[in-house]
Amino acid sequence: MSADPVTPGGDTGITRDEVAHLARLSRLAVTDAELDVFAGQLEVILSAVSRVGEVAADDIPPTSHAVPLQNVFRPDELRPGLTQEQALACAPAAEDGRFRVPQILGEEA
Amino acid sequence: MSAELTRLTAAELAEKIHTREVSAVEVAQAHLDRVAAVDGEVHAFLHVATDAALASAAMVDEGLAAGTAPASPLAGVPLALKDVFTTLDMPTTAGSKILEGWRPPYDATVTSRLRSAGITILGKTNMDEFAMGSSTEYSAYGVTRNPWDTSRVPGGSGGGSAAALASFQAPLAIGTDTGGSIRQPAAFTGTVGVKPTYGGVSRYGLIACASSLDQGGPCARTVLDAALLHEVIGGYDPLDSTSIDERVPSVVEAARLGTSGDLSGLRVGVVRELGGEGYQAGVRASYEEALRQLEKLGAELVEVSCPHFEYGLAAYYLILPSEVSSNLARFDAMRYGLRVDKGASAEEVMAATREAGFGPEVKRRIMLGTYALSSGYYDAYYGQAQKVRTLISRDFAAAFGQADVLVSPATPTTAFPIGDKVDDPLAMYLNDLATIPTNLAGTAALSVPSGLADGLPVGLQVMAPALGEAVMYRVAAAYEAARQAEDGGPLINRVPSLPGGVA
Amino acid sequence: MTAPALVDFDEVVERFDPMLGLEVHVELNTNTKMFCGCPTTFGAEPNTQVCPTCLGLPGSLPVVNRTAVESAIRIGLALNCEIAPWGRFARKNYFYPDMPKNFQTSQYDEPIAVNGYLDVLLDDGTTVRVEIERAHMEEDTGKSLHVGGATGRIHGAEYSLLDYNRAGVPLIEIVTKMIPGTRERAPEVARAYVTALRDLLRALGVSDVRMDQGSMRCDVNLSLSPRDSGILGTRSETKNVNSLRSVERAVRYEMTRQAGVLLAGEPVVQETRHFEEAGGSTRAGRRKETAEDYRYFPEPDLVPIAPPAEWVEELRGTLPEPPWERRRRLQAEWSLTDEELRDLVNAGALDLIEATVAAGAPAGEARSWWVAYLAQQANSRGVELAGLEITPAQVARVIALVASGSLNNKLARQVVDGVLAGEGSPDDVVAARGLAVVSDEGALVAAVDEALAAQPDVAEKIRGGKVQAAGAIVGAVMKATKGQADAKRVRELIIERVGA
Ligand SMILES: [Mg+2]
Ligand SMILES: [Zn+2]
Repeated sequence: MSADPVTPGGDTGITRDEVAHLARLSRLAVTDAELDVFAGQLEVILSAVSRVGEVAADDIPPTSHAVPLQNVFRPDELRPGLTQEQALACAPAAEDGRFRVPQILGEEA
Repeated sequence: MSAELTRLTAAELAEKIHTREVSAVEVAQAHLDRVAAVDGEVHAFLHVATDAALASAAMVDEGLAAGTAPASPLAGVPLALKDVFTTLDMPTTAGSKILEGWRPPYDATVTSRLRSAGITILGKTNMDEFAMGSSTEYSAYGVTRNPWDTSRVPGGSGGGSAAALASFQAPLAIGTDTGGSIRQPAAFTGTVGVKPTYGGVSRYGLIACASSLDQGGPCARTVLDAALLHEVIGGYDPLDSTSIDERVPSVVEAARLGTSGDLSGLRVGVVRELGGEGYQAGVRASYEEALRQLEKLGAELVEVSCPHFEYGLAAYYLILPSEVSSNLARFDAMRYGLRVDKGASAEEVMAATREAGFGPEVKRRIMLGTYALSSGYYDAYYGQAQKVRTLISRDFAAAFGQADVLVSPATPTTAFPIGDKVDDPLAMYLNDLATIPTNLAGTAALSVPSGLADGLPVGLQVMAPALGEAVMYRVAAAYEAARQAEDGGPLINRVPSLPGGVA
Repeated sequence: MTAPALVDFDEVVERFDPMLGLEVHVELNTNTKMFCGCPTTFGAEPNTQVCPTCLGLPGSLPVVNRTAVESAIRIGLALNCEIAPWGRFARKNYFYPDMPKNFQTSQYDEPIAVNGYLDVLLDDGTTVRVEIERAHMEEDTGKSLHVGGATGRIHGAEYSLLDYNRAGVPLIEIVTKMIPGTRERAPEVARAYVTALRDLLRALGVSDVRMDQGSMRCDVNLSLSPRDSGILGTRSETKNVNSLRSVERAVRYEMTRQAGVLLAGEPVVQETRHFEEAGGSTRAGRRKETAEDYRYFPEPDLVPIAPPAEWVEELRGTLPEPPWERRRRLQAEWSLTDEELRDLVNAGALDLIEATVAAGAPAGEARSWWVAYLAQQANSRGVELAGLEITPAQVARVIALVASGSLNNKLARQVVDGVLAGEGSPDDVVAARGLAVVSDEGALVAAVDEALAAQPDVAEKIRGGKVQAAGAIVGAVMKATKGQADAKRVRELIIERVGA
């Protein structure tokens, strides 16, 4: 979680290239026409939501969980899961008890 | 006979079924007939489970015939389930093309609680795709129409559930509320919708929109019916880490107490920042009248200020898309759901599938969230939004120090025409102005009908602290009773009849 | 484009300082996965240990395994770390088909344990303190099988097959700080650290620590700085280092490779590299042209973990004697030289011997069984000593049978072979194979007389005082009794009969 500062409420102009980058990161093969529409809409939305920056909140702790629970655990006990058949029933493709997917270009993680 | 059954409340139906005046099967059939008659026009349902519904009702009848006590106070009563909860015997789509035809291998906790309560699940209701939207126009399976005026939206994302209630296709429904998706459709359709305390109803099997905000809840035509359903679905679930391990507030008792009509000694906080400018005139008028009514019931009105609520919408539209961008990453064509075989690699197939399978609002929010979480933007957007969230919780805490419940209009406007805001995301987002703070703080709130403005329903929002549902139900039930006494009957009776429907 | 030549190791050390960092992923041996109740057993049929949660099905939710948290805390304590009083899981977002949710749930920047150290003993008896930056909890990914293509690798594959049995298995990632000043000992330090960590985790009983099965995996981060310059070089991250020996080789190889690149005037590329077991080299993997943006944020589906101090102290009480202290104690108890001790440690024999002693065997015999005959057997089967299908208690039983005279050494080895072959306990094997020393004195005397009669010249020599000549008669008797005689008793009888 980064510490690079951005001027809150400042210029949020978002370019077509940035939208294309976001689409790549999000695995969305958006069309050229969509890029233009989204660039415009995201700019409008971002300038509206950048209002959060108007609130001085340096000493305010962030809330990630609305209800303050902690230490919720489960005992290390087996629970029945799915059979191989159930697991693969909805798979677009399967082979030898495994999910079949197209070739993976990326490196092994 | 059958038309009469569909006009009854859940509590009335349950009584008739449990005293064996009518059978659960007759009740189920009456509602299935109603669905067949009117849902072509309303389009509340994505899937109707005729056989399963009748079989489930028959089991209730068998049990009663054998002299067994009903499984719950709602055993045998029909219900419409938002298509965002997993169901073993019905497809589950979350309103998205990417899940078309998906048959989950497991039941959501809410689903299994409904089943073990003997409630008849009629089918699955329409919704904005992945619960993102305020009109049900972003469903991949067509728009749902508002029974009050079929040229208008029923609200969203739970438009299908609300419209099913308002068109008498079901007396009970389940919704989910991430920023108002139960309360805003309730307001738009003249029904009751409750957003429970975060952690009050299990999210296991609820297809996530934004995990830290989502909460399932009851929808009904009366406050008491909502309370009855609330007690069925609420309570601790070890499968949901954010589930609260405490006794469910006894909301049925509170709702019954409320109908006695006395609110003396209760302090009702009027939120200064909600209900003024930006709210439709008719909505404001209805709200002011509701305040007077609460006063007449003996409540003391206290003005409270929640200065950070005005930043709620902005914070919400950063936190929600951020969580969405991550939650929806799993829809990648590898294990289930749609696969578009365009391109040779897994990467290309993922991108092509997500492009084809998600609608524009979903894509918008995914990209927005991806942006807000990116290094370099995280602190200014997501981080700052989480701080605003803290400030809003503090506003609530301060206000609940002065008042037992808070009130506001549930929505800034009444139901708008279909197509009006579909291409203007920001205008669409404004629908949730008054409902969002509750989701950010994890507190409870509901919308109860407060009359009509220009012939369309308006909702009064009642907000309570976390786990403070009982007092919220009490106030809403008292208000509902007073309102009905004045109007000479429930507002819902004034819904115009639909083509195909007898009512 | 040819890569610059490797540089001789001595020259590397003369001109550069290696900066070493190690990241070790350890699969915990809990009954169930990190966030769901599925089993973690290795080697099951594909996709039979899965549920909605570890398959990432829509609507599913995680719940943290308490035992996994306890293991993480115990590991942290054993590594002399501070245990974080409060921390959250985060989501690490990136798309990869072996990861069902397309994010990994990991503690990342709020680890449960921070700022510890592990003292590591080198061959020459010196100790190096390796500082631990953090240990955090996360979940493993599924496994992909790449089908088609010549190499069986990801490149050139036509498609892939995915098994999610491993998805969600609890992992602890243990990250060292940069280890400075190791110079020519960098490869040795790396190996010694991973060895020490493995022994520690084994003693804690939290993991199978089987590098060959992937329950312990090591990434080697290495960079070179011009000698004594203090300038930090660009580092490579070598993955897939799957044995202790490979850890050492990977460090050595990267040192000689990076030196070659630098001496050719080229920059070292920041990248992930893969260790090639066969050639002992590394090959380039994914290039990190831009720092990857994982868009970490706190996991909203899980609540924070705030271990109460009493819980941490209770867990501290369960820590076993640290391996290095235990080693020192056993060295004294068994009167071992440093070298003997080191050999036992390296062979992974220490636990086994100790357990054998605990089962009643004398230390010397327990040791000789494990480092000699059993080590050979492990070697020929290609498994680790601990992977042999014989328990220390069974070894102790065999030793006891020898001591009581029921077995001789040759028979004892046959009994061990039987146990290893799955024929049951030592007593089962003795009974089934009929392996017992011939204790019928009459039969033995007859066999001795017969052998003496067959070799009268030898008998004469013995009678003449050449006692060592008895060996030939002993051999004949053993042959005649199919090895089931007590050689010592046979020798006594020969002297008796010849003298009579
Ligand atoms: Mg890791
Ligand atoms: Zn599982």
